[in-house]
Amino acid sequence: MEDRKIRVLIAKPGLDGHDRGAKVIARGLRDAGMEVIYTGLRQTPEMVVEAALQEDVDAIGLSILSGAHKALVPRIMALLGEQGLSDIPVFLGGIVPHDDLPEMKEVGVTAIFGPGTGMDKIVQAIRDATAHQETSSGG
Amino acid sequence: MDDLLQRVRTGERRAVARAISQIERSEERAREIVVDLFPNTGDAHIVGVTGAPGSGKSTLVNQLARKLRERDIQVGIIAVDPSSPFTGGAILGDRVRMQDLAGDPGIFIRSMASRGNLGGLARATASAAKVLDAAGFDVILIETVGAGQAEVSIAKTAHTTIVVEAPGMGDDIQSIKAGILEIADILVVNKADRPGAANTTKALRLMLHMGQTNNKRSSTKELVDSGVNGTRSLLAEEGSAWDVSVFETVAINGDGVEQVAEAVLAHREYLQRSGQWLQREIDRSRQEIEQILQARLAYQLESHISKSDRESLVKAVASRQVDPYTAASRLFGQIFPKR
Repeated sequence: MEDRKIRVLIAKPGLDGHDRGAKVIARGLRDAGMEVIYTGLRQTPEMVVEAALQEDVDAIGLSILSGAHKALVPRIMALLGEQGLSDIPVFLGGIVPHDDLPEMKEVGVTAIFGPGTGMDKIVQAIRDATAHQETSSGG
Repeated sequence: MDDLLQRVRTGERRAVARAISQIERSEERAREIVVDLFPNTGDAHIVGVTGAPGSGKSTLVNQLARKLRERDIQVGIIAVDPSSPFTGGAILGDRVRMQDLAGDPGIFIRSMASRGNLGGLARATASAAKVLDAAGFDVILIETVGAGQAEVSIAKTAHTTIVVEAPGMGDDIQSIKAGILEIADILVVNKADRPGAANTTKALRLMLHMGQTNNKRSSTKELVDSGVNGTRSLLAEEGSAWDVSVFETVAINGDGVEQVAEAVLAHREYLQRSGQWLQREIDRSRQEIEQILQARLAYQLESHISKSDRESLVKAVASRQVDPYTAASRLFGQIFPKR
């Protein structure tokens, strides 16, 4: 009786108030059969990591349009590491200038989805990144 | 093997989170976890919060948890939201209203999708509550799916049931219908700053008053016995009744929530003093065993009935060659052959 659902945290860290994109993504993942834990606006890195831990999510999606990704993302990745959650793939969406992409990858972001990315591509990326967990979910 | 469950017992948060996922994922693993943790459970006060979508359940849970934390009570929260009947996906949005609780190690919030379970809870909810219980949480708040009139499973899962209403949800005939209002130990009219709140409160109080008058006429014993079917009596035993009260709150700013918190704690004390705690444990145990049996039967149905037979019978019924009872009997015969 296996009932494996991909659980994804969708969070908006930082101070911008535009959550339309995050909601569209949440809805798209829902329609792809995933369970989306939506945390709302203005999350601190600590709140994001705490929610990821309590909800035992398989993936994290961050939506940042404020330009603060260079401050927020490394901090979130560091906190995930401190909590032993580095194995959770992190996806980044929103407005991230091309020049910053290498830095984001370097701190451990799995993939970055800019405006216009198709939902299919995002769903597939999350499925791929979480596929290994199917067999290694013993504890 | 169960180092994970040892860590649950010490209250380690990541282990708690992982154990709940395993329960959701596999019925077999749920069995192992509950068998292992069961001796460490039984201390937590399980409080259900139910009510219509948008009545303010999550916001009330947020504020109620804060009030309990002021008393140094450790609070576990399980918030259930519906799964899509089409894709199986879900958006679990209750944390949005619970941001005040972030960063408090005395709080643990878990969102849960109903995964097709009816009645307002998920199949895994009761077992997840056991994990939180074993991890040392004193009060476990279970927020149901936004409930209509008949989602009353929570009353058989919780010791104390809070039903949240909002103004403008219907006239006073709604308040005397059977169903969700009957299961309330505590009634809350949230959004009490909105027009119509006073009328809602009045209608609910009148409903309670009628109930009490009727109950006093019939024998108390009967009422307690009828509790087996889920209808709770207002009178537990002669002379020590729990009065269901109606509280007005504005949960968004915390108004009136202190009184609700006091009522929750008073209700626990009442259950223990009156012997009703044991009665509720009996109700809860019955419900849990029933659920496990049903899950196993459902699994038998899924795994032992041939899918192609089922599909051909579906088509036969749709084209009116076979009636649905005959079709079901044929399928049923694949699991329980007639001798």
